[in-house]
Amino acid sequence: MDIIITALELGLISSLTVLALYLSYSMLNVCDLSTDGCFTLGAAVGAVTALAGHPLLAVPAAMGAGLLSGLVTALLQTYLGVPSLLAGIVVNTGLYSINIAIMGNTALLNLNKTTTIFTKAKTLLEGTFLASQYRLVVIAFFVVLVIVFLSFFLKTRLGLAIRATGDNRAMVRSSSINPFMTTIVGLCISNSFTGLSGCLLAMYQRSANVTIGSGMVTIALASLLIGNSFLSKTQNITVKAVGAVLGAFLFRLVYTVALRLNMPASMLRLVSAVIVVIAISAPYLRDRFPEFKRRFENRRA
Amino acid sequence: MTTAKSTSNTTAMLELIKVSKTFNAGTPDSKKALDNLDLSVKKGDFITIIGANGAGKSSLFNAICGTFLTDSGSILLDGTDITFMPDHRRAKSIGRLFQDPMMGSAPGMTIEENLALAAGHGGWLSSITKAEREEFRARLAVLDLGLEDKMGSRVGQLSGGQRQALTLLMATINPPKVLLLDEHTAALDPGTSEKVLKLTRDIVEGQNLTCLMITHNMQSAIELGNRILMMDGGKIIMDVEGEEKKNLTVSALLEAFRKKKGVELSNDRMLMI
Repeated sequence: MDIIITALELGLISSLTVLALYLSYSMLNVCDLSTDGCFTLGAAVGAVTALAGHPLLAVPAAMGAGLLSGLVTALLQTYLGVPSLLAGIVVNTGLYSINIAIMGNTALLNLNKTTTIFTKAKTLLEGTFLASQYRLVVIAFFVVLVIVFLSFFLKTRLGLAIRATGDNRAMVRSSSINPFMTTIVGLCISNSFTGLSGCLLAMYQRSANVTIGSGMVTIALASLLIGNSFLSKTQNITVKAVGAVLGAFLFRLVYTVALRLNMPASMLRLVSAVIVVIAISAPYLRDRFPEFKRRFENRRA
Repeated sequence: MTTAKSTSNTTAMLELIKVSKTFNAGTPDSKKALDNLDLSVKKGDFITIIGANGAGKSSLFNAICGTFLTDSGSILLDGTDITFMPDHRRAKSIGRLFQDPMMGSAPGMTIEENLALAAGHGGWLSSITKAEREEFRARLAVLDLGLEDKMGSRVGQLSGGQRQALTLLMATINPPKVLLLDEHTAALDPGTSEKVLKLTRDIVEGQNLTCLMITHNMQSAIELGNRILMMDGGKIIMDVEGEEKKNLTVSALLEAFRKKKGVELSNDRMLMI
């Protein structure tokens, strides 16, 4: 039971990054490769703020940092003409130095004795029936908040414009909306979620290191695609967002079980890489299969 | 037959003054798309534009929409100089339909959401209201395609004709100062094409819109609208309106072209009747 709870907690934390990609990858059609660096940025800013004695401020600070990072990525790929994949890579690389600088020129920050949002929640919930699950409560609170925000926001005019940007950019322009603006707003919001995700993980595991976010973009993409494959039929935005969270949990669960079966922890990234490939290639190959089959049969004949 | 007028007409809705555009200037591929073109469009004009491929028809629309900046000359829309205004800002007053029915709407979003974006009512953080939904339903019903009963369906599931009709509605949901139709029925099958053309006429005449329509169908170019332009080499080589236009025939048009150019019309698409 404990390992399921842990998987749920870690799954929900990474689901915030999955929701960030839901916005950037599924809606804006931008594969945001700055995700790893932004995740670490959130962790670093969150950890430093908590260490400075402001555990509650840590969350908005990390989100704000993520937002700024998203702003830079977005400006690069709109007004500065950098191709979107490259913009993400460039920001990711630059963030490595920035993250170390934020952490005070060390690669590791220890939060073992620091008051965090989790320890705050623990004292707050003491004596209530939720006391034992205080970590889950904190994480679930943020996940629900983000889902509620997204399902409201994506139906507003701005949200519609962001969705249309990834769907038909020309149509956005002809609706008298600047697609640069929608890209910028979308990436700012999505990266603030990524920052939040990193901040929560740092506080959850009571440490932040400079590689905390590496591989995150692949893991989150894998989770997103897993969630999508279950709910490919629905068009409902809220259901899809919940599906993304479910995907993150499932991914984490499979990984936890694999660890139990003595899979080395270092295999996580290989597993996530393979899942991304399968999730993207499988539908493609399925569509091509009849063609392959006919070619094969004709060759034998 | 009169030539293009550019007199300072106070009722001019759209005015192009000595507009030129050359692509790949200074290279062997240099192509003069618009050549010192003057055009004055009166409010309520419904102008059809014909001409062979490469005559500059779409370039004319691109210049008006701001797809590119012109090399010289100026463009006035309802008295405002829009020569250097970015395209997405002009789009507020200019509606445009392309030949490709897929270009005007977002396939992954619902009919209702597409209409809401086009209408652009309310602030950035406002959602579709019940009143708007009713308005969309009523407007869709006019199209007579049954779309009002599937406002929650994704646009990607519609046929080309349905999508083009929807795009027409989106482009005119806030009456534009100028509506530009770039062969918007050419990719549709004949039956659907006729239906969309009829819708176009109903909407343009019903709302008394100022409209420019490029077509390769000479017959509908003569039948529709109150004025006809023929373009060639980035210039307007023929401009007929009113009574004189009503009496035009396809063979008269071809004859006029021959006289102006001194050559036979060889482009197959131009000859579509």
